[in-house]
Amino acid sequence: MVTLHFMPYTEIESLSSVGRIRKLLTVAKENKIVLLQGRLKKEEETELIKTTMEEINKEFKGIELAVIHPALSSLSGFQKLKNDLLSGILGDRQGLTIIGPASVVKAIKKDPNKIELLTSERRSRAR
Amino acid sequence: MALNFVKRIFDQFFKDMFASRKDLKLGLYGPPNSGKTTLANKICIDSGFDAKELGSVSALAHETREIQIKEQISLKNKDGRELLFNLVDTPGIATKIDYEEFLKAGMSENKAKKRAREATKGVIDAIKWLDEMDAVLVVLDATQDPYSQVNVTIIGNLQARNIPVLIVANKVDLKRANMKKVQAAFPQYEVIGISAKYGKNVKELYDKVFKLVK
Repeated sequence: MVTLHFMPYTEIESLSSVGRIRKLLTVAKENKIVLLQGRLKKEEETELIKTTMEEINKEFKGIELAVIHPALSSLSGFQKLKNDLLSGILGDRQGLTIIGPASVVKAIKKDPNKIELLTSERRSRAR
Repeated sequence: MALNFVKRIFDQFFKDMFASRKDLKLGLYGPPNSGKTTLANKICIDSGFDAKELGSVSALAHETREIQIKEQISLKNKDGRELLFNLVDTPGIATKIDYEEFLKAGMSENKAKKRAREATKGVIDAIKWLDEMDAVLVVLDATQDPYSQVNVTIIGNLQARNIPVLIVANKVDLKRANMKKVQAAFPQYEVIGISAKYGKNVKELYDKVFKLVK
């Protein structure tokens, strides 16, 4: 069975970067797939990869990570400026970040507005 | 008084001279097995390095597990201009490393665990080195999905640090290579297709490196 854990942005909003990464990794290490509303800062995404590497051991093999974000699709110049301003003030609540433990999620394919999760269990495919 | 003035002039001259000789660092970043070390080796050979000094390459992921620096690389462009830089070949950045994958490839358990341990440290070091780079070639395997989050994260971080980036779509000699897909994934960046293994388009890449660091 695959468990999806939805995390609204408000749950990480007040946390420090370290706190956000810790919270996300704690859920992923419980073999749950995290669906985070919005996205981390670019620097936090790299920190997440770094921290993941530091914590890899016999039980925890790492994570699969994907972000779907409207910036990836074609926004007009004004819309992009508005988005950037709002994200700067309120945090980036747009889009969706998926973090799955590597033991559960075999691969995430993005194309770019569609996401496919290939899970290890029973090789089922969720879309 | 006059002596002090002359001394100040000399001090400034030497300071400026050494400042202008600041070693330019060109980084090779990308996911595992995208051909970063093959490209680093090609650049070294074209720069006149001895074959004994080249990095080892393998079809098995995470062959490069330590930062490799080749100093004083010299490249010439079509106009005969020379570019001197230090080439930093980094371990492939990944979000997961499973020693059992190495076991399946025929390694002993001890070797597989050691490789996995070194690979995780390599990823951490590669990330730590991001800030040290003056320009980066993001080397992607043109036969693989370019939308992988690792690619997006590396490029996003370089952009946030204002480090010039050129995307190198490697392995275009293979039939499955899809340059258009790489270009579509990163429309705001320049993408060049090469085959580091066979040297295809590498001269054109060097010309773009000149423009990147100027």
